[in-house]
Amino acid sequence: MLIKRPADIAPSEITPRSLFDGRRDFIRAAGLGAGAALLGGVLPVPAHAQTAARGAKLGPLARSAFSTDEKLNDYQDITGYCNFYEFGTDKGDPARNAHRMTTRPWTVSLEGMVQKPKTLAIEDVLRLAPLEERIYRLRCVEAWSMVVPWVGIPMSALLKQVEPLTGAKYVEFVTYHNPKEMPGTLLPVLDWPYVEGLRLDEAMHPLTLLAVGLYGEVLPNQNGAPMRLIVPWKYGFKSAKSIVKIRFTDKEPLSAWTRANGREYGFYSNVNPEVDHPRWSQARERRLGEFTKRKTLMFNGYGDQVASLYTGMDLKKYF
Amino acid sequence: MAAAQGHAWRRFNPGRTQFAWLWRAVWLACLLPLLWLIAAGLSDTLGANPIEYITRATGDWTLRMLMITLTVTPLRQLTGWHWLVRLRRTLGLYAFFYACLHLTTYVWLDQFFDIGEIVKDIVKRPFITVGFGAFVLLLPLAATSTNGMIRRLGGRAWQRLHRLIYAIGTLGVVHYWWLVKKDITEPVIYASVLAVLLGARVWHARRMHRSVQAMTLPDGVS
Repeated sequence: MLIKRPADIAPSEITPRSLFDGRRDFIRAAGLGAGAALLGGVLPVPAHAQTAARGAKLGPLARSAFSTDEKLNDYQDITGYCNFYEFGTDKGDPARNAHRMTTRPWTVSLEGMVQKPKTLAIEDVLRLAPLEERIYRLRCVEAWSMVVPWVGIPMSALLKQVEPLTGAKYVEFVTYHNPKEMPGTLLPVLDWPYVEGLRLDEAMHPLTLLAVGLYGEVLPNQNGAPMRLIVPWKYGFKSAKSIVKIRFTDKEPLSAWTRANGREYGFYSNVNPEVDHPRWSQARERRLGEFTKRKTLMFNGYGDQVASLYTGMDLKKYF
Repeated sequence: MAAAQGHAWRRFNPGRTQFAWLWRAVWLACLLPLLWLIAAGLSDTLGANPIEYITRATGDWTLRMLMITLTVTPLRQLTGWHWLVRLRRTLGLYAFFYACLHLTTYVWLDQFFDIGEIVKDIVKRPFITVGFGAFVLLLPLAATSTNGMIRRLGGRAWQRLHRLIYAIGTLGVVHYWWLVKKDITEPVIYASVLAVLLGARVWHARRMHRSVQAMTLPDGVS
């Protein structure tokens, strides 16, 4: 059987942590990995096989009514299987390379069509609202999904700081770009820096989160430290990582993926099982850790909260 | 081959027992990727999305085996090791073997035998259309790989049929190229290797053509 079914008791609960973390080294040492070493260049050892130091504990955390009670994906999967192209396009590259990113000191500047432009340090951002844990579904445009226990504050708490002008209709999120720390940006895979955008009402929506943590701990670099956007009803790539600038504007921002291929990645990119990606179906998804695929839900299951944002819009046209 | 003289290694020609061992080694080496995949699966080191990993690995190895199979002829011409051709059937059948595993992964672990969805995919998604096309073209080659079939078809017809591998290799690379989201580095590498392997054939054919012409032309005309 190649596929590992989740056990009732996590192996980590029966085995001492140190041994559990070292089990792959043990297997490798035992000789099973000889072939792997031989083929190392051809078949990369998954990144989560590498041990990484975990972030400091955050707390106390308020619980959120928006959380789902679905089974969480484990820490290793969430931190070892990432799309963060600045560190490479393989899912394991971010876990391998993101440790090079400097996340302190860190500031985020809020500018554009606002009353009071501001630059805030990450420490100040963390004080804007009580930290809460929000367990969200994450649906990737590549048709896989996870359940992730994020820690953060509502994005609106940050955006309110600068008093947007009435003409401001959109928000553009610009992310960190430093080729010295980000080997993936040496290839012109996307136009760097990675840029994303939301309508202002989407950005101010109570579900929209500014995440700073994961599993009750400081957000690992490969997941977008020190602060990232989480928009759970949109495909994962909309949730920009490692944000350095937020610009308020009256024009629809051109996001990195739309610029790269506007036919495949639209501005809205709401999770929608009825609108296929031109090259693959979006009707079903593979929840990591599950054997069979499950049906994808409209707005990733957040329709009750967000469907009203799009009343009267043709979602096939505004995909 | 005049060039072959003077280089001892060029005259290397394994005897019956030697070749049997060589063949076993090649056969085992081609099986290693599968053994590795099984070992990694059993020890849970295929990462967060094992099915995606298996799909990619079997697809990668199909392309690699196709490229290795296509290397036999140019390598033979380059080294003068004509006995290499006796390894080609095993290599080609392994390409077919990994293609079968790749297709099975898709049909079983991705679509769960939902024939309607599979047919829709083949018709609607160009990368699946070409991938499936490549597999269909592999079938007659695998079916005619036995000595009996070579005899029945006759060497010339058999050879003509097996030139389908050029199309199969090309479709395989296109399949990969069309499925990647944005980073085309790896498809470009496969395409370059394929271009070199097919280019070597064109180059060799031209050279042979010229030397035949030179031999048949009367003296004084060059």
